[in-house]
Amino acid sequence: MAKKLPEVDVVLVGLGWTGGILAKELSEAGLKVVALERGAPRTPQEDFSLPRIRDELRFSSRNDLTQNTQRDTLTIRNNPSQDALPMRRLGSFLPGEGVGGAGAHWNGVTWRWNDTEFKIRSRYEERYGKKFIPEDMTIQDWGITYAELEPYYEKFERTAAVSGKAGNLRGRIENGGNPFEGARNSEYPLPPLNQSLACDMFTAAAKDNGYHPFPRPVANASRAYTNPDGSKFGPCEYCGFCERFGCEANAKGSPLITVIPIAMRNPNFELRTHSWVTKVLKDPSGKKVTGVTYTNTLNGEEYEQPAGMVALTAYAINNVHLMLLSGIGKPYDPVAQTGVVGKNYCYQTGAAATLFFEGRQFNPFMGTGGLNVGMDDFHYDWNFDRAPHGFIGGYNVAGGMTHGRPISYRPLPAGTPQWGKEWKAASAKWYNSAMIISSSGSVMANRYNYFELDPNYRNVFGAPLMRMTFDYKANEHRMGEHAANVINRIAKSMNPTLMNPATARTEPWSVVPYQSTHNTGGTIMGTNPGNSVVNKYCQSWDCHNLFVLGAGVFPHNSAYNPTGPVGALAYWTADAIKNRYLKNQAPLVSA
Amino acid sequence: MQNEEKKDEGFGRRDFLKSAVAGGAVAAAATAAVTVPQGAQAQPAGNGPAPGYAFLNLDEAAFVEALVDHMVPADQLSPKGTDMGLAIFIDRALAGGWGKGDRLYMQGPWKPGVPSQGYQLPLTPAELYRAGIAATNAHCMKTYSKSFDRLDATQRQEVLLGLSSAKITFADGLPVRVFWSTVYQTVIEGMFSDPIYGGNRDKAGWKMIGFPGVIANHAQNIIKYRDKKLPPNFVGIADMS
Repeated sequence: MAKKLPEVDVVLVGLGWTGGILAKELSEAGLKVVALERGAPRTPQEDFSLPRIRDELRFSSRNDLTQNTQRDTLTIRNNPSQDALPMRRLGSFLPGEGVGGAGAHWNGVTWRWNDTEFKIRSRYEERYGKKFIPEDMTIQDWGITYAELEPYYEKFERTAAVSGKAGNLRGRIENGGNPFEGARNSEYPLPPLNQSLACDMFTAAAKDNGYHPFPRPVANASRAYTNPDGSKFGPCEYCGFCERFGCEANAKGSPLITVIPIAMRNPNFELRTHSWVTKVLKDPSGKKVTGVTYTNTLNGEEYEQPAGMVALTAYAINNVHLMLLSGIGKPYDPVAQTGVVGKNYCYQTGAAATLFFEGRQFNPFMGTGGLNVGMDDFHYDWNFDRAPHGFIGGYNVAGGMTHGRPISYRPLPAGTPQWGKEWKAASAKWYNSAMIISSSGSVMANRYNYFELDPNYRNVFGAPLMRMTFDYKANEHRMGEHAANVINRIAKSMNPTLMNPATARTEPWSVVPYQSTHNTGGTIMGTNPGNSVVNKYCQSWDCHNLFVLGAGVFPHNSAYNPTGPVGALAYWTADAIKNRYLKNQAPLVSA
Repeated sequence: MQNEEKKDEGFGRRDFLKSAVAGGAVAAAATAAVTVPQGAQAQPAGNGPAPGYAFLNLDEAAFVEALVDHMVPADQLSPKGTDMGLAIFIDRALAGGWGKGDRLYMQGPWKPGVPSQGYQLPLTPAELYRAGIAATNAHCMKTYSKSFDRLDATQRQEVLLGLSSAKITFADGLPVRVFWSTVYQTVIEGMFSDPIYGGNRDKAGWKMIGFPGVIANHAQNIIKYRDKKLPPNFVGIADMS
């Protein structure tokens, strides 16, 4: 029998970026807030200090800062005709665990998704006609606009110390930035990072080919910085240990050095680590949630934590899982095409070329999480006509390397033996003399890419694992082909000594190797309860005092990294709760 | 040279130890010269871990030593695999948490699945390694009438090509691709991980390619050494501790 605790105003399930933002904002508004984090406590001073944080084996090969799949994982398959089997260890993506979540070990790339995404169905239908969208492509408008979100993007960029160059300031196109971005009200809080040789070579080549390259915006502080909340950042050290690692220099925008310590100083906020939420509880009407049950993993005891409001702020995938385990909202059924919880799981896709330049010294180990130059000519340039190429969505092309850690990064010309003297010689010759051009591509929602509870496998709490059914569809394959051609055209124009060309992906999605921790969907946002789990304020249509944050609310996936809108939506939701919901506890959008 | 090498590979410490265990009564070993080859377990330079294996048994140690010395031969770029600590690294990895299945979801039911579903064996990495070495040696015995460590370089090459291309299949049903990818991963990790784990001894792997290690700050270097080689100064975790 769970021990019932005194009621609090707000329970947050998970304490990373979204939990941290709500923790700070709602405790400052006077609410009693408790965060339940399944993982361990963590602070940069204790856990990210030199030299041990720069351990590739521990943090990269063995994924020390990420979810432990021994306790809880997913089952996976490419299509409903396959047997789903457990993802027995992490590979393709790396959900965070512990205080700070994935915000501790991300690279920091921070984009502003705009109406290209938020109005995707209406914009494509308007331009290309309804028939251009395949019948099984379940994309939809989100119900939110870029104009609504713009101030919150600005707030998140300032909190997280994003370095970059504006390309569109209040409608004026700026040199050096991304001309295809949505209009910004202000410059980035910090100027771009110092560019590497690879960045500059790619920039020149992209321009020569008529494209519009720009330094990717990234939450790696290009110089010392104090954010509007008073959180202090050191300048980035270009150490090359960013993604999968914590930052010892406090230069990476992380909830651990910003919103979380501020919340921790507020007596209204309490953090309980090693606290694994197993269920969100509903009242008999089913119209409101009443709190959560959780297990203290330090002693195995179960507690009920009553709350006036619950926010799911864990990793996107785990939020979907908790919704399904709690029986909130109707589970999605791809055959009957009914229900919404678990619908529209999306991922990303990519292609890459390796260019070898004899005698050049790229020093890939002098890297930051986002030391790349990107170009959006086939992504946010709406003038790019998709009709002849037959795909929806787009891809960002980037040149440069973010690290040179040698277990995972040792570029070799195709056909090099895997071992022996020839392998050694090629590894030595090319390690420092190669650069990468890659693409990151969107994935459109599809009727048969979704989550549901698995009938066969369970986690350590005896609860069913969640089952993921996912594969790339013809739309993504056509886009991949286009991307590979563009990458190879740019690469060839640079006259490398040797080159491993980019190839379009044709094989099914695989859980190995690592690809991207940009998993979206499952608790999607939309315009009405029939097409979505939450409204545009991330508020559950079923239970108005339940909010679901994170990339699970994205109805499809962009080519862009998700953390920009994840952070902006958290601030937007916090404002909606503080300014409207607390005054009238009811649905913020009428169904 | 070839004969000397063969002698070392053909009979040595393992046979000596085995015959000692068996009370000196191993007939097959009795006629050959029982010598403990110098250098097979050379003291690691510097402050490396003490020699001696925590997980690998004698046959397995012979296999791993032969494997890493074949995959990473000595030349002007680096010492050979055993001298870089690769066998010690692999042994420690298999003996430790990773080898015992740390972070591995180990509940059934078990099915082979499709390659896109990743690792699906009901074996920890250490159990997989053990089974794979036994299966590879069984293949070698059948094909060459010798265990892997007693093969000459051409035969070893043939076996590794067979494993890496999955042209060899194991009679006991162990999936060869899964074994090989695990073996390959551990060799690479041993060569390029921080020396605190017993491999990459003297940072020889980092020196080979020019990775400077855990150096604190490249903020100035990225400007100063643009398109230039960083002066050699290899720093590991132990150097900064």
